[in-house]
Amino acid sequence: MFNRDRWEEILEALSSNWFRTVLTAFGVLWGIFILVILLAAGKGLENGVKADFGDIATNTMFMWTQTISKPYKGLPKGRRFSYKISDVQAIKDNVPNMRFISPRNQLGGFGGSNNVVRGLNTGAFNVYGDYPEIIEQQPMDITSGRFINYGDIDEKRKIAIIGEGVKTSLYEFGEDPLGTYIKINGVNFIVVGTYKKKSQGGDSEEDQKEIYVPFTSFSQAFNRGDRVGWMAITAEDGSSITQLKEQIFDVIKQRHTIHPEDDRAIGNFDLYEQYSRIERLFFALKIIAYFVGTLVLLSGIIGISNIMLIVVKERTKEIGIRRALGATPWSIRGQVLLESIFLTIISGMMGISLGALVIYAINKVLDASGPVDMFSNPSVDIGVVITALIILIVSGLFAGFIPAQNAIKVKPVDALRTE
Amino acid sequence: MNFTKESGKPRYFVIELIKMIEIKDLHKSYVMGENSLHVLKGIDFTVKEGELVAIMGSSGSGKSTLLNILGMLDEADKGSYYLDGKPIKNLSEKIAARYRNKFLGFVFQSFNLITYKSALENVAMPLYYQGMKRNERNKKAMRYLEKVGLADWATHLPNELSGGQNQRVAIARALASEPKVLLADEPTGALDSTTSYEVMRIIQSINDEGKTILIVTHEDDIAHMCKRIVNLRDGVIIKDSKINQVRTKSATHV
Ligand SMILES: Nc1ncnc2c1ncn2[C@@H]1O[C@H](COP(=O)(O)OP(=O)(O)O)[C@@H](O)[C@H]1O
Ligand SMILES: [Mg+2]
Repeated sequence: MFNRDRWEEILEALSSNWFRTVLTAFGVLWGIFILVILLAAGKGLENGVKADFGDIATNTMFMWTQTISKPYKGLPKGRRFSYKISDVQAIKDNVPNMRFISPRNQLGGFGGSNNVVRGLNTGAFNVYGDYPEIIEQQPMDITSGRFINYGDIDEKRKIAIIGEGVKTSLYEFGEDPLGTYIKINGVNFIVVGTYKKKSQGGDSEEDQKEIYVPFTSFSQAFNRGDRVGWMAITAEDGSSITQLKEQIFDVIKQRHTIHPEDDRAIGNFDLYEQYSRIERLFFALKIIAYFVGTLVLLSGIIGISNIMLIVVKERTKEIGIRRALGATPWSIRGQVLLESIFLTIISGMMGISLGALVIYAINKVLDASGPVDMFSNPSVDIGVVITALIILIVSGLFAGFIPAQNAIKVKPVDALRTE
Repeated sequence: MNFTKESGKPRYFVIELIKMIEIKDLHKSYVMGENSLHVLKGIDFTVKEGELVAIMGSSGSGKSTLLNILGMLDEADKGSYYLDGKPIKNLSEKIAARYRNKFLGFVFQSFNLITYKSALENVAMPLYYQGMKRNERNKKAMRYLEKVGLADWATHLPNELSGGQNQRVAIARALASEPKVLLADEPTGALDSTTSYEVMRIIQSINDEGKTILIVTHEDDIAHMCKRIVNLRDGVIIKDSKINQVRTKSATHV
């Protein structure tokens, strides 16, 4: 089927009317180009938005306390409550597939007053009391020294890991913070490490202005007792925190005498749910891209089919001659089909290449002009290219099918009579 | 069929020439809307191996219709047709294609060469459909071009050749697949008398080599260069007779 003669015939046929061939090819080229560009733009948007999640483990939920909204077992509504450190173990014992449960306490915050002093320098920073696991949930690069470990937790060491942003505001340029003391709300902590968060989100500046100290030392230094401000809970891969969180809430409600149907007592932010929502959004976008791209492609395919019909019509006599010489129906059909597939694939490949070129250019411009909000690294993966190719081959077949059938529909004698 | 009669006594052979074409009670009508035109109204005839038959008749008498049916380009409505002993009836298009390729060579009045292919490529075309390798094919096609005296024109396109030359290319093409029967529908119809005779000379020489040939013509002089004339009128054969062949000049050296 793919011998030299076949290809010669195909090239002869296609080159016999260059202008028409190019015009026809353009339809498919344009269709696949649009498809590629739409998919790439979708991918770029997706990359941009997902970058806001940084490296945060997305199977994570943050959980804090709110006002109790239902009276229960003789206790009135409007109460406030706090998580206890023992809640952590209770969740671990009662809810399956928990990967990390990090109780956290926090000081300071946006626009708060200065709470950290070092010599003459002061600053307002978020200070967290944390367990070592938090670094798995909110990844950060330790740029010098180390992070919190269980030794610190057990011995309630007054150590601190500071962000690069904290370092710049409290230290002279080039000064090594390791081993120095900072005063947080009047309590001295020794700096044992510095970090930098990779998060590319909008408030990355703020992300570098945090201080991490061991949970236990935090509680002791700032009189939190066994209270826990909030928790970051990550489920194991393979199960979703969105499904497990109700069980967690049940454990908490039971331990704190909260009405089982009190949905307002526990506040939570479910990253996984947000992430899934975004995933769904981009899935929908992808479908739209395929839909629009395929429609445009379809008009290209119809163009090819149309041209093949005309070509077959024009060559009715030639086909008659060939049949008089002994061409089988399949050799005639095959010729038309191959011609149509060939034309489709060639123009499709040119569309893909053109699309890739444009994407490459856009990436170059993006690289040169720095990061753009919500858009980064638009790209088309090999899977899409292969899908597009399969679509092309199939559509080439479809485009050629009716013309091929037409080519052998006429009796040889009638075909020979046409002028 | 060649068969040996073996009786008790002295052995002897009766050599009967093969019936290349045998048709019986062949009918064909063209239906156009309400009207039906009965063109062939019961044709019976037989052509044996090595014959050179002219089919004559006035315009519209059904000569082409008959030849097209013999050439399997069209089908009869009724009647039987045996080609080299094989019944030609209800064949699939695939089988029909093979028979056309193997058994039949067709020459048309308007040459019907493929315009964008060279003389050599045109001649090689039936061999391509036989599945022959390119080299072999071109060699063989070249031999047939030599046979019709056009070896020097092998690379020329049809529009670079004269009418007579084109018809010779067409004859070479019809012969290339070594068919059992050569069918020619007014092969000289588009040619002047000099080139017509040239073409007839080639046809005679091919016939001399034993090829069975049927020619449709309405020209008396062309018909008399054959060995038998079949006359058609109103869809039936009115006369079918052997004649003394008029040889074209220098028919012996092609
Ligand atoms: N495809 C066709 N449809 C209708 N009528 C036809 C067709 N082909 C031939 N005819 C008619 O059949 C008759 C015989 O045609 P044809 O066999 O071509 O005659 P000839 O070759 O002897 O001139 C003519 O009257 C012609 O008009
Ligand atoms: Mg005729």
